[in-house]
Amino acid sequence: MSTPKMTMAQAINAALRDAIAQDDSVVVFGEDVAQLGGVFRVTDGLHREFGESRVFDTPLAESGIVGMAVGMAMNGMRPVVEMQFDAFAYPAFEQIVSHVAKLGNRTRGKVRLPIVIRIPYAGGIGGVEHHCDSSEAYYAHTPGLTVVAPATNADAYGLLRAAIASPDPVVFLEPKKHYFAKEEVDVSVPVPPIGRAVVRRPGKDATLIAYGPSVPVALAAAAQAATEGRDLGVIDLRSIVPFDDETVCAEVRRTGRAVVVAEAPGFASVASEIAARVGERCFHHLEAPVRRVTGFDVPYPAPKLEHHFLPGVDRILDAVDTLQWEDAA
Amino acid sequence: MSQLKAALTPARLLDESGRLVRGATAPDAETLLEGYRGLVFARRLNEQAGALVRQGRLAVYPSSRGQEACQVACASVLEEGDWLFPTYRDTAAIVARGVDPVEALTLLRGDWHCGYDPNEHKVAPQATPLATQLLHAVGVGHAARLKGENTVVMALCGDGATSEGDFHEACNFAAVFRVPVVFFVQNNKYAISVPLARQSVAPSLAAKAIGYGMPGIRVDGNDLPALEKVLGEAVARARAGEGPTLVEADTYRIDSHTNADDASRYRADDEVNDWLPRDPLLRVRTYLKAKGTLDDAREQEIADAAEEMAAAVRAGVGAETPVDPEEIFAHVYATPTPQLAEQRAVLRAELEEA
Repeated sequence: MSTPKMTMAQAINAALRDAIAQDDSVVVFGEDVAQLGGVFRVTDGLHREFGESRVFDTPLAESGIVGMAVGMAMNGMRPVVEMQFDAFAYPAFEQIVSHVAKLGNRTRGKVRLPIVIRIPYAGGIGGVEHHCDSSEAYYAHTPGLTVVAPATNADAYGLLRAAIASPDPVVFLEPKKHYFAKEEVDVSVPVPPIGRAVVRRPGKDATLIAYGPSVPVALAAAAQAATEGRDLGVIDLRSIVPFDDETVCAEVRRTGRAVVVAEAPGFASVASEIAARVGERCFHHLEAPVRRVTGFDVPYPAPKLEHHFLPGVDRILDAVDTLQWEDAA
Repeated sequence: MSQLKAALTPARLLDESGRLVRGATAPDAETLLEGYRGLVFARRLNEQAGALVRQGRLAVYPSSRGQEACQVACASVLEEGDWLFPTYRDTAAIVARGVDPVEALTLLRGDWHCGYDPNEHKVAPQATPLATQLLHAVGVGHAARLKGENTVVMALCGDGATSEGDFHEACNFAAVFRVPVVFFVQNNKYAISVPLARQSVAPSLAAKAIGYGMPGIRVDGNDLPALEKVLGEAVARARAGEGPTLVEADTYRIDSHTNADDASRYRADDEVNDWLPRDPLLRVRTYLKAKGTLDDAREQEIADAAEEMAAAVRAGVGAETPVDPEEIFAHVYATPTPQLAEQRAVLRAELEEA
């Protein structure tokens, strides 16, 4: 039997459906998620199948959605809430930072909040302003949150199942540009643990470190480099928090060169954190400084300009070219 | 029109001189005596906590002096499985709900952010960011409704918090989903220094309920039997599946915001003095004395019990209890991340060297 092909939206939909079916405490709510099935159709059909008590629309108020999820989790449920777009999640920021992230610590573990906050995330879809932010650094900087960003449709299924099962709150960042691309998804494979990166492509010359929407770009860069005689490896972090130092450092120590690729503006970013960690932990194995290829430090550009902003294959390979190859000769 | 009247004219049972208001049904004397005991305890707790701040045993204490009737009533109308969502000023309500006062004061003593297990007494941690807890209360109530549980949630906030966005979102969500929650606003007229007139020009805070499509009731916040009646009816409505109610208590913060505040910078002593005769203890005491329910022996017994509680608070708060530095890493996640395990080892090494 061949493995079915699914879009990332369908894979996430399947994960939600399976979680709701298997666990009575799982509830899905947000804006337009019921009748409409979400603006990206991620929750398509769930309201019809499971009814109003399991999948429901809320008033348009993101702080309200997340704040209500906190209370529902305090009363034994596992809420999975949808923020309609990355930049529309900011009204919920206080609830996320002051309560979702801290209540477990505040109560010495007496109260745990198994909440998943799903956020359609990042750019590359030609979205108008407020529809394409890469907001991962805000969440990753907040102790108490788990931050996950799948790069493949199979991971979107597996990691969401893991996120819903987690006793801790998870910010689940769904790369929008992947929503409608089909890949093979085998839902019967074991759910991957959150916190483990995966080597998507082994390479011996340098390591590209990426997550979410930047993983396929890094893979494309590695494929291009291979035609030019350079063997680049690609690591897909899968989860930003917890961070898999072990896998990342093992790869970088092997190759001695690393480039971090991410869409978000680079200043004070997750990419900067990764570069610093790799520098501190792998210094004696490094042949060159760790480079970052990120978005520029500007607000996300208008649709006709976004391709100038997003890290692409050429910009990645230009950075790879600066990794002091002359010393290796 | 009667909707607006209930939201504007404070409901009352006992007037300032301790007499039943005209046409009111007399409250059950034994219940009121129990309430009086609660008032004495709440007053004694406020005084004791204030003294412990002056002695340096507590970092700070936001007093509910003058608001004790609200503190007692919001706890007494709840049943065992019901939830209370308090703010930083509601320590007396938390204690009235059954939490050990020393555990309740852990936050202000600086040992940890919350000293009690919220699940044990169904009391949420005291909320410091204004109005944020109201949404959690709505969530607990909505989950209870979905699960078919008979739980009611009492959500507390002050007048200042009604200006926050989360107050609006909580009221609206609760009304839309018919959540079994009672929003109880203690309008004590000040948000630190900012007076009510700068928070709202609505005809009353209870009147805001009309816009959400739920009942809004204004009640004399220094009148214990009136509060118990109004809050009790709101709880009964919620339990019967009729949705949320917004109750505004007309009361006054006699003390400064905390010991770190200086109320003389923003209000006149005369204003405070005007409120002293409206003291919530005084009128219940007068009423019960006149009825003969509260004799000298019973009054002495209540005073002695309150003194005993205060002594236990002094002993408990004053006791030297070591804090564990490594605990800062223990509860951040259910399972610590590798990064936190590393950082914990760093701190442990520092401690072993010291």
